[in-house]
Amino acid sequence: MTAVSDPVLWAAFVVAAVGSYLVRSSFLVLFQRVDEVPPRVERALELVPAAALAALVLPALVAPEGSLALLTPKVAAGGVATAVAWRTESMTWTLAAGMGTLWLLLAL
Amino acid sequence: MTSTARSAFVDGARAVLPALPANVPFGLVVGVAAANLGLHPITALWTAGLLFAGAAQLAMIELLARDAPVVVAVLTAIVVNLRYAMYSAGLAPYVRSVSRRWRLVLSFFLLDVTYALSVPAFRADETADRRAYYLGIAAPLWTTWTLSVTAGASLGTELPPAWHLEFAIPLLFLALLVPNVRDRGGLVATVVGGVGAVAGLGIPFDLGLVVAALAGVGVGLVADPEGADDEDGAHSGGNDPDGPDADRTEGEP
Repeated sequence: MTAVSDPVLWAAFVVAAVGSYLVRSSFLVLFQRVDEVPPRVERALELVPAAALAALVLPALVAPEGSLALLTPKVAAGGVATAVAWRTESMTWTLAAGMGTLWLLLAL
Repeated sequence: MTSTARSAFVDGARAVLPALPANVPFGLVVGVAAANLGLHPITALWTAGLLFAGAAQLAMIELLARDAPVVVAVLTAIVVNLRYAMYSAGLAPYVRSVSRRWRLVLSFFLLDVTYALSVPAFRADETADRRAYYLGIAAPLWTTWTLSVTAGASLGTELPPAWHLEFAIPLLFLALLVPNVRDRGGLVATVVGGVGAVAGLGIPFDLGLVVAALAGVGVGLVADPEGADDEDGAHSGGNDPDGPDADRTEGEP
């Protein structure tokens, strides 16, 4: 529970949504004026998903509580899920393998 | 809706179908967190539909639950979503033919899944109607997402923490990440982005994530300026053997 009142919470979510929308629409609207995206920029953008997604994934695997913990069921489950993701490129199988491994290791 | 548009929409929906199940536990987790914060399921429904960004909403809820300043929670959500600016720039060249008004609509649904599924299809020129294909990806995703968050908020605190549903979040991101590691530059970006984010965990406002992601892009660009994923490279088949190693480096440090 939070001490913040409902209208303030609602406003916070609305402002965050508007801000996120401005971020999302920025280039989709502005970039139309540019004829050709320079190859260098295109290559940089190509690398963005890998870098951004890795920045979301790795801390959640090796430091879920905020400090580094390498020998944990979550790291092992993440390793298994990575291998499955590589082989299958399937979200469902990746999720099943990762959750399954975690539950198995926690049950042992 | 023309028949071309309809079939493109269906193609998009078919492409997103395998991505939907992973969003259910993700949405449930966000919904449960929202309920724990004291949000009504209806509030969870419209905020999830409006923000349409799981990681940002989750980060926001966690901060609000810790009584962080509301302004910091909002800033954090926007900072976490800054990566969408890069997706926005990445998608833009492929939707030049779409009208400005519709591009404003497409923008609303832009996130990791819509980007990751639409751009490769557009690059391979697989669809005759990009707007309809994109909306075919977005509509089922948005619906699944908002309903899952609402369901999670209705279940509230009844889901046992022992299920560790929060772990579905990195697994979802992992499944999106792996197909993006296509060449040496992608591998370098992955390692630098991941390790950098771990090293930057103490940085306020979740800025560590953004700094690490930008560093990953920068170092990846220096390490492999050309990339191997152009039209010629795709047929050479010489780049895949690097892949499995990448995988192990990233998953089991």
